[in-house]
Amino acid sequence: MATQTREVEAKGGQSRHRSLGLSDEEALHIYEVMRLARAIDERMWLINRQGRAPFVISCQGQEGAQVGVSAALKPGYDWVVPYYRDAGVVLWFGMTARDQMLSFFARREDPSSGGRQMPGHFGARRLQILTTGSPVGAQLPHAAGLALAFKQRKEDGVTAVFFGEGASSQGDVHEAMNFAGIHKLGLLFVCENNGYAISVAQDHQVAIKDLADRAAGYGFPGVVVDGNDVLACYEVAKEAVARARRGEGATLIEAKTYRLTAHSSDDDDRRYRQAEEVARWRQKDPIQRYAKYLRESGSLTDAVEQDITERINQQVDEATEYAENAPDPSPDSLAKFVYKQDIRG
Amino acid sequence: MASVKMPQLGESITEGTISKWLKQPGDQIKKYEGLVEVITDKVNAEVPAPLAGVLKEIKVKEGTTVTVGTEIAVIEESGTPGAALPTRGREPEAAVPAPQPVSQRGVSEPARASEGEGRTRLSPAVRALIEEHRISDAELARIQGSGIGGRISKKDVEDFVARRAQPVAADGEQREAAAPKPTFAQEGTESTVVPLSPMRRSIAGNMAKSKQTIPHAWTVAEVDMTNVVRFRQKVKDSFRQCEGVELTFVPIIVKAVVEGLKAVPVLNASWSDNGVLMHRDINIGVAVSVDDGLIVPVVHQADRQSIAGLAKSIDDLASRARANKLTIPDVQGATFTVNNPGTFGTILSYSIIAPPQAGILAMDAIVKRPVVTDGDAIAIRSMMNLCLSFDHRVLDGVSAARFLQGVRRWLEGFSEQVPLY
Amino acid sequence: MASRTVIEAIREAMDQEMARDPSVFLIGEDVGQRGGVFLASDGLHKKYGEYRVLDSPLAESSIVGIAIGAAVNGMRPIAEIQFADFIAPAFNQIVEEAARFCYRSGGDFNLPMVIRTPYGGGVHGALYHSQSIEATYGHIPGLKVVAPSNPADAAGLLKAAVRDPDPVLYLEHKRTYRLIRGEVPDGDGVVPIGKAEVKREGNDIGLIAYGLMLNYCLEVAEKLAAEGVSAEVLDLRTIKPMDEAAVAATAKKTGKVLVVHEDNRFAGIAAEVIAIIMENAFDSLDAPVMRLTGPDVPAMPFNHVLEEAFLPTPERILAKARELAAY
Repeated sequence: MATQTREVEAKGGQSRHRSLGLSDEEALHIYEVMRLARAIDERMWLINRQGRAPFVISCQGQEGAQVGVSAALKPGYDWVVPYYRDAGVVLWFGMTARDQMLSFFARREDPSSGGRQMPGHFGARRLQILTTGSPVGAQLPHAAGLALAFKQRKEDGVTAVFFGEGASSQGDVHEAMNFAGIHKLGLLFVCENNGYAISVAQDHQVAIKDLADRAAGYGFPGVVVDGNDVLACYEVAKEAVARARRGEGATLIEAKTYRLTAHSSDDDDRRYRQAEEVARWRQKDPIQRYAKYLRESGSLTDAVEQDITERINQQVDEATEYAENAPDPSPDSLAKFVYKQDIRG
Repeated sequence: MASVKMPQLGESITEGTISKWLKQPGDQIKKYEGLVEVITDKVNAEVPAPLAGVLKEIKVKEGTTVTVGTEIAVIEESGTPGAALPTRGREPEAAVPAPQPVSQRGVSEPARASEGEGRTRLSPAVRALIEEHRISDAELARIQGSGIGGRISKKDVEDFVARRAQPVAADGEQREAAAPKPTFAQEGTESTVVPLSPMRRSIAGNMAKSKQTIPHAWTVAEVDMTNVVRFRQKVKDSFRQCEGVELTFVPIIVKAVVEGLKAVPVLNASWSDNGVLMHRDINIGVAVSVDDGLIVPVVHQADRQSIAGLAKSIDDLASRARANKLTIPDVQGATFTVNNPGTFGTILSYSIIAPPQAGILAMDAIVKRPVVTDGDAIAIRSMMNLCLSFDHRVLDGVSAARFLQGVRRWLEGFSEQVPLY
Repeated sequence: MASRTVIEAIREAMDQEMARDPSVFLIGEDVGQRGGVFLASDGLHKKYGEYRVLDSPLAESSIVGIAIGAAVNGMRPIAEIQFADFIAPAFNQIVEEAARFCYRSGGDFNLPMVIRTPYGGGVHGALYHSQSIEATYGHIPGLKVVAPSNPADAAGLLKAAVRDPDPVLYLEHKRTYRLIRGEVPDGDGVVPIGKAEVKREGNDIGLIAYGLMLNYCLEVAEKLAAEGVSAEVLDLRTIKPMDEAAVAATAKKTGKVLVVHEDNRFAGIAAEVIAIIMENAFDSLDAPVMRLTGPDVPAMPFNHVLEEAFLPTPERILAKARELAAY
């Protein structure tokens, strides 16, 4: 059975984050990235509902798992393979609000795809964020390949791949985990279990309570963590990263969390879940929960909060303004980049 | 026993398809009598029996393609033991009409692309070469096509150009002297020889045979078409809208002919030495002119069709004829033919009968003329001559006149009461 | 110059590329100690070690998916799919992922990777060891598809594929493996992707093919020569991107073209070749462009009579070529 984590306890009179080795600044930075991810997302919904952009797919509710795990990795050294909700991951790894908005408006400068893909399909080679497609689960073998390359070169780089519990049903997920297990690859399989694959609840997706239990079948540890507790996520990820760097192999982290919005701007979640259930989970919002902790631990004062809010508002405003006015790709770029080296020029 | 083999019907032909057996096992066969119809890439031919005797066995069934030289039938020769005996008491079926010669142009068979079209259909490459080397029509006519169906290939043109470029020989011979001499005509200085297309050859043969064997008689009736013209004028737009085809005069005339043949069935017949073969069905051949000749598709059982039905059938056959999409049955089995030279403004036409039919009716042009009417008044009426050629062996002038009279009365009595459908 | 079979040429080319570039590695089922079911990698496991010649689990999707990830992270993988017939589980990885990494990232990512797979029939391989897949994958933008016919091209195209920055599907006709022997040039001998080659010059008709059928066409050209017909034989070598100029040149030169492949007929490679000819060489045509292909049945049956009935054989190609020449 998978390891069940408990809330990170303060040790030796230290605050929780300090006992995990995070400075106040680092703890606040985690908070700010979570809030930025949320703020960008909320802005996107507003713009979408105004009819100014066709599509939104959200990170809301999952920022704790995303940023908590990411904070344990080394941007620019490790590789991350996000899925379409992972705004928190890619912001941590170096994407900006402007990058997100350029993608949202599908502009030429969109660093993920140059306006070719829907929002949420992140990718940036220089940031070591793998490009992502829409068929879910396909990214897991890629992560295994990234990790294999590190192993082949005898490097200690770690790869983290993110996916939902819905994707976990895909054959590729099994194949990737099996391969990672065989070769003890330095991999973090991060399942953001938000309870729903669009409309299908977990009990119709898998027969087990904890997806992390599956890790045993592949010969590496599985850990269940409260995905709405960012520090808990950081803690399990930190340990998994350390294992991976030591060459001891992969870890499956199941972060139990909740999707606070509908699947996308084209979905109506009232058709398949109760408003009370959503309201209940809003009480467990990872951002509010972390803010409460930071205030209690004395790291977050009103003044700091004010600064953060202002910075975020400024970034989101600036990003929206910039991206909405940024040029579209030109029609003659349609056939560009089918190949890196097109022999027909 | 003698074996009948798939003949090589033309150079480079390697196989042939059995289209139709004209004799069945047990039948008596005369030498040169039609035995089987064969389709090849180049021709559709009736293969004559190589010897007299009794057809013992058919080895290749209809629709099957075999290579040249394959045994297709076995004939027991006359004079060989047993052959002299009457076969199972069957009468020789001399009265069976020979099948109508199948035009070589109009018949397409799915697997064969360009039957008979070879000479007229030029490939893009050949067209380009003709342009490039400024080959005149007269020169083109002199080029021997080596492709399937006599098609002029790119290589044929290149060879021609190469020969043309050779200096004139000292004895003054034409520069293409090296080319195979046309065997069919003398080439004068002012004349050029247009080689025979398979269709031309086929028409020539049939017409010659018809004139040589059928004593043609000819008679004309003048028909007042005013009622028909008015009626057609009135309904033609709505007819086109409803039916999607034009209501021309042809289906109306065919209908009149059908009525006439019903009244004078001896014209819907074939001559044979054993007697006149009266046909039960009235199958009307309708002559359609195509690029390089004439094809006569057949409206089968025309007596069972309304005017609207005939209009549709004829439109379909004519468009398929022009598109080279007719099938073999489409051009077989006519018992009488209607020809429409009037389209081209003719007023008196003498058509040649297509054997084994007994008659052919030509529709000449409908022209407005002053006519003395019943009350000795003069009126402007739409008049048309219907010219009938008939086989005088089968019928006499009286029957022919009766037929024409029937057709004329039917047409002149035309009114809106005549059902279109 | 050395005389080699196709399979020897492939093995040597992989060996040379792995020796030249430490980022090149082979991954696939049974490629390691077994040396591949056709012995394409015989001896390489011993020479380069486990992580250069890696036995994968029996899971085609992950073979390709892992190669994608490794290619992103600085490696040059050669993924071997044991039989083209087994590539379907990897369809999503090839089509939705590999083929569009570059496009979907606006050129930010590219995948220097090769997918090698034996294809084609005539070896009693039946429904699941005989298929041809070039039309299916040739249809996919973002993939390059090559199909060599002889040892020199097999070696040269494999080297080009390994060095190419884009995913290349490298199709090896399994009947040519040991049937076709030829000279392989010493040295690099890279054959550029996207370039067809006239394997035999001729004027009267053009035969266009690749893989095993190309060899059959050469046989047929020899027979036609004895009949006074001069046949040009064009080896496409690369299915995609196709060498349109070479196709058009052969069509323009001969005016009569027969395209031959073993893959199914409908929407097959021949259809594309014919379209290229119509677009580029219509005015030079002296006959309808013809094709001789495998039939539109799911795959090649095991029974030898049925297998023979499926395949375009030299006899059938000859008959069709005669028909074309006579047109």
